[in-house]
Amino acid sequence: MTKTGFVVANLFRKKTRTILTILSVIMAFLLFGLLQSLNSIFSSGADFIGATRLITQARVSFTTALPLSVVPKLESVPGVARVAYSQWFGGVWQENTQVFTFAVDPTRYHDVYPEWVMPEEQWKAFANTRTAMIAGKLVADKYGWKVGQKIPLSSNIYPQKNGSKSWAFDLVGIYDGSDESWKKQTNAVFINHDYFDEANQFGKGRANFFIVKLGTGADAAAVSKTIDAMFENSPDETKTQTEKDFNLSFVKQIGDIGLIVRWILFAVFFTLLLVVGNTMAQSVRERVPELAVLKTLGFSDGSVLGFVLSEAIALCLVGGVIGLALATLLGAMVEKGTGGQFQLNVNGLIWAIGIAAILIMSMAVGLLPALRARRLKIVDALAGR
Amino acid sequence: MSESMVEIRSVTKTYERGKQKVEVLHGLSLEIPKGDFVALMGPSGSGKTTLLNLIGGLDQPTSGEISVGGKRIDELSSGQLANWRAHNVGFVFQFYNLMPVLTAEANVELPLLLTRLPAAQRKKNVAVALQVVGLADRARHKPRELSGGQEQRVAIARALVSDPQLLVCDEPTGDLDRKTADEILGLLQVLNREHGKTIVMVTHDPKAAEFARRTLHLEKGQLLEQGALHATQGQPARDALELR
Repeated sequence: MTKTGFVVANLFRKKTRTILTILSVIMAFLLFGLLQSLNSIFSSGADFIGATRLITQARVSFTTALPLSVVPKLESVPGVARVAYSQWFGGVWQENTQVFTFAVDPTRYHDVYPEWVMPEEQWKAFANTRTAMIAGKLVADKYGWKVGQKIPLSSNIYPQKNGSKSWAFDLVGIYDGSDESWKKQTNAVFINHDYFDEANQFGKGRANFFIVKLGTGADAAAVSKTIDAMFENSPDETKTQTEKDFNLSFVKQIGDIGLIVRWILFAVFFTLLLVVGNTMAQSVRERVPELAVLKTLGFSDGSVLGFVLSEAIALCLVGGVIGLALATLLGAMVEKGTGGQFQLNVNGLIWAIGIAAILIMSMAVGLLPALRARRLKIVDALAGR
Repeated sequence: MSESMVEIRSVTKTYERGKQKVEVLHGLSLEIPKGDFVALMGPSGSGKTTLLNLIGGLDQPTSGEISVGGKRIDELSSGQLANWRAHNVGFVFQFYNLMPVLTAEANVELPLLLTRLPAAQRKKNVAVALQVVGLADRARHKPRELSGGQEQRVAIARALVSDPQLLVCDEPTGDLDRKTADEILGLLQVLNREHGKTIVMVTHDPKAAEFARRTLHLEKGQLLEQGALHATQGQPARDALELR
């Protein structure tokens, strides 16, 4: 027998209680892993975006479109290299499958987003075909689309002039990302803005977003300020921010995901603290005489403290690691199941935070019972006092 | 038996019970020679267990001196005392106090985890100790699978395994029937006579006390008499158990 063996034997003195406690730790850390990865999608999902682009939108809301006449004005601002624009189309594939569809100016978009990679003849086809559509690789793979196919989409916002909500586009290209991060973002579809602008029943010559590509050495903050100042007190007041901030603020429309996640985790861990803490306290209370015997045999106060603390660490570590492993597995399954569109990636950072949480929790639940065991007076404990 | 195993000089022990101070031992002095087997008797509250705890280094006196095997244990810190106990005293309790989650052999091995003996040597020592108490065939049994007498034998093996010269036993037969109690006391007698262990045993049972070489009577924290040698006892053998 070893000291570790002794700790393990003590841990399983009440098998049902220990297994139930470990299960609660597993659930807590499974939730922790999944929620943290969800949070990182929302809070740092735009990390791959550099600071070379700004997004200008209507000050009131991005749902209010701005006239395309702002484009030359934007391009006149010092530090601006090129401007593209984008209009939300609201595409629906088949029965009720939402496809992120935007109407863009192909040439401008290609200039502003070198991260989208596609053969040059497909870019040309996109620019030269009025009914053209290009699809991200993830979308094309998911729905089995091939270049040359006619893709019917309906729009829940924009009917055609004839009143029909059904649109048909020619898939002329499938784009991919320039690196791994961008490859994971190829879940949108782009259509030709000229065609959309002519054929739709509503507004003409307008777009929701203007993507401003900055020139080399341009100061993003100064350019943003200049743009917004230019349109101040006009009918088309603007709000300009970096592309990353724009993505984050877009997500925050749903709510402060980080805060929600933190509160859920706080509730989960607080409950867990009570459950595991109670298990540990009860376990020490039940064997006061045994702990006294250990001391009688010559185990020091520190050794006895170590035994109890080791039990707490083992309990939390086993449950925590299994929970995080399950979260990793489940995250990978979700990512695979959604064709990479929902990336629940329980990464190294989440594991590191998880392990730190396990150790902190072990101390929190184990320290008080361990100190109690350490302070036990042999004579009193043996006498049942 | 001229060399002392235990020397106690003018020991007092006071406990605080709430705001009250209770003096349990009043300037008690005592000498127990090496190889002796002493039964401590007396009414409840007379201080028998307190005296035993002091001799075994489980507690410290309020005043006075205690030497065991020539070592002043009243001057040791809590940590030093724990280390001293691990190497010099074996304990046997009334309710055996075995670890219920461990097998008999693992229980016996516990004190050896404090030594630097390799696992194979520990295993060998455990086997010898279990053989001495006649429980070699029950090594893999857990305490709940053993009878009271067998549990107490395992406890004795645990007390013996690190080969201490002093065994302190607190009512070792208090929870056993007469026949089993006699077997356990016979075993203690063998350990005293054959292996030279010095034994100090607290008991309420006059029949149990008869197995000791002499009986000391305590009353109200004071020693009444240095008991005479029991007629049945002879000189103890000095061969130590070859466990180390």
